Amino acid sequence: MKKIALLAPLAALMVTTTSVSAADFKGSGASFPYSVYQEWIGSYHKATGAQIDYISKGSSAGIKDMKARAVDFAGTDAPLSPKELAEAKLYQFPSVVGAITMSYNLPGINLKLSRLAIAEIALGKATYWDDKVIAEANKGVKLPHQKITFVHRADGSGTTFNFTYYLSKISDEWKSKFGVQKELNWPGDHHVGGKGNTGVAAQIKQTPYSVGYVDYSDAKENKLEMATIENKAGEFIAPTLKGFQAAAAKADLEPKNDFFAAIADPNGKGVYPIVAATFVLVPAEAKAMDKKVTAFYDWSYKKGDADASKLGFVPLPEELTKKINAYWVEKGIK
Amino acid sequence: MMEKLFKTLSFMSATLVMVLLASIFISLFNSAKPAIDEFGIGFIKEKEWGKEVPIDNPVSTVVDTTEQKKVEPAPASDDSLEALLGGGNDDTPMKTIYGGFIPIVGTLLSTLIAMAFALPIAMGIAVFLAEIAPKKISNVVGIAIELLAAIPSIIFGMWGLFYFAPLVQELVGGYQVSLLTAGLVLGVMILPFMAAITRDSMKTTPDVLKESAYALGATKFEVIRDIIFPYSKAGIIGSIILALGRALGETMAVAFLIGSVFSLPSALNSPTVSIPVAMANSFGEATGMKTSALFYLAFLLFIISFSVISVAKFYFLRKDK
Repeated sequence: MKKIALLAPLAALMVTTTSVSAADFKGSGASFPYSVYQEWIGSYHKATGAQIDYISKGSSAGIKDMKARAVDFAGTDAPLSPKELAEAKLYQFPSVVGAITMSYNLPGINLKLSRLAIAEIALGKATYWDDKVIAEANKGVKLPHQKITFVHRADGSGTTFNFTYYLSKISDEWKSKFGVQKELNWPGDHHVGGKGNTGVAAQIKQTPYSVGYVDYSDAKENKLEMATIENKAGEFIAPTLKGFQAAAAKADLEPKNDFFAAIADPNGKGVYPIVAATFVLVPAEAKAMDKKVTAFYDWSYKKGDADASKLGFVPLPEELTKKINAYWVEKGIK
Repeated sequence: MMEKLFKTLSFMSATLVMVLLASIFISLFNSAKPAIDEFGIGFIKEKEWGKEVPIDNPVSTVVDTTEQKKVEPAPASDDSLEALLGGGNDDTPMKTIYGGFIPIVGTLLSTLIAMAFALPIAMGIAVFLAEIAPKKISNVVGIAIELLAAIPSIIFGMWGLFYFAPLVQELVGGYQVSLLTAGLVLGVMILPFMAAITRDSMKTTPDVLKESAYALGATKFEVIRDIIFPYSKAGIIGSIILALGRALGETMAVAFLIGSVFSLPSALNSPTVSIPVAMANSFGEATGMKTSALFYLAFLLFIISFSVISVAKFYFLRKDK
């Protein structure tokens, strides 16, 4: 008798907690698009009344959840290859494009970074700000003879994945030594790790003569100085929405291989080079649920532009959303 | 009836602790098993973490190359994502080495700095509160100390990152987030535990003892040194053990402050990494051998904490038994 009396409040508690999390569908994964997903979920809820939960855990955790079918959809910054998708019985499509900035702390200097300079800083070869490779692109600017502190993400991250993909595109040395990784031991002895985007942004803000890669929305929020970056065509492009849109328009994402590609460093004029698409995974067998998920993303493609732009994300170009729609139809999840 | 029920319940509670302890130990060991088999005890002194080296075992070389040739004929343009994934050149089969030396050293050093910083201050606070301060002040300061102990570690992390780290850099130079910053903030975090417990045990010194000493002509300093400290020794050591346990395993605050760089700190103000921080940073994205290596680190931390605390307990407290 006594034991039952003790258990009663516990049972009551369990009932309340389950009723609280009664979302229509739920997802987990990448933290990179978390802010824009939250906005879309809020707007979608207002428009349709649908309840969606998205937990920002990191891409790999999202993929694990998805494979275990613990969630209805998962977000990942690193796309899965068609082979992996087939093995895990998943479908994949891109959701939004974001940009990564080279944010820096050099009071009073408008910094330009060439492709070579970014690679040399990341490789730990350029160690002083007045190094030749940095000075070349900044003619007429007096760069201080101070040691560079390179700030990177300490925890595994989709931002690091996309940044190292970009480095692999611009530097053969990087490609052969490190390649694309979500987390790595950075070379050289002039770098320091920050926990999360907050940690990286705070350290750049507080450490004079530092530089690091931060996603655009966090850099903007923390009012960091952002470098103008040389693109493949040799132009120096400031991180602005216009440059991101030009890059997103070049995104080479194709339904025939489940959109498996990263999009950094595209060809073309006026493009800002360090851009990244982020992806959504849905299970192949739960078609009824998938339709709800794709309905949400379809709505976001059409109506979510303002929400995305406000946060520094770029909605997918129409050409691509048409391809995604065709992919959904083909897979029977629209 | 009640007697028996009570006896069983309390026995079960006590057993539960042993079962939990054993099952944590076993599950850690099992998850770490692949890494233990692969790297052996040399893991402890291996300085590389996540370094790719060519496999020199010829048998696996043959197997690996044939497998790769099967995958390759796809439209493997040099820049395709698949070719870039995982890094390194794919011509020679590689394996990844993991070693725990740097996080182990980082953990021990940051704990040491924290103890060196906190111990004298905590003793000072405790003596002041228990013996010197007037009752009113003692109460107010006592409550402040207990409040300090109640602050969640994430708040120490944020405070340390935004306010304390720039200060440390201004004073000693080097990096903002470093072994020193992490150690000092850890020290602040364990300070209230040590101060509060030490004060309480000092207060248990019987007045008769103190009064007899004063009657014999001892000064206040002599009473504190010769009566109060020896009397409250067990309590002081208990507080040190609790503080050690917290400092060794502290994750969140240290993750923000230690810099998370896998390199041996060349000076106190350079960044490094500790075991809990390595785990917190890497677990989310780890797969395969890396997960196992992280479990190996966890297992080692378990053993380090366990042995530090048991040594402290058995060595320092043996006379009281």
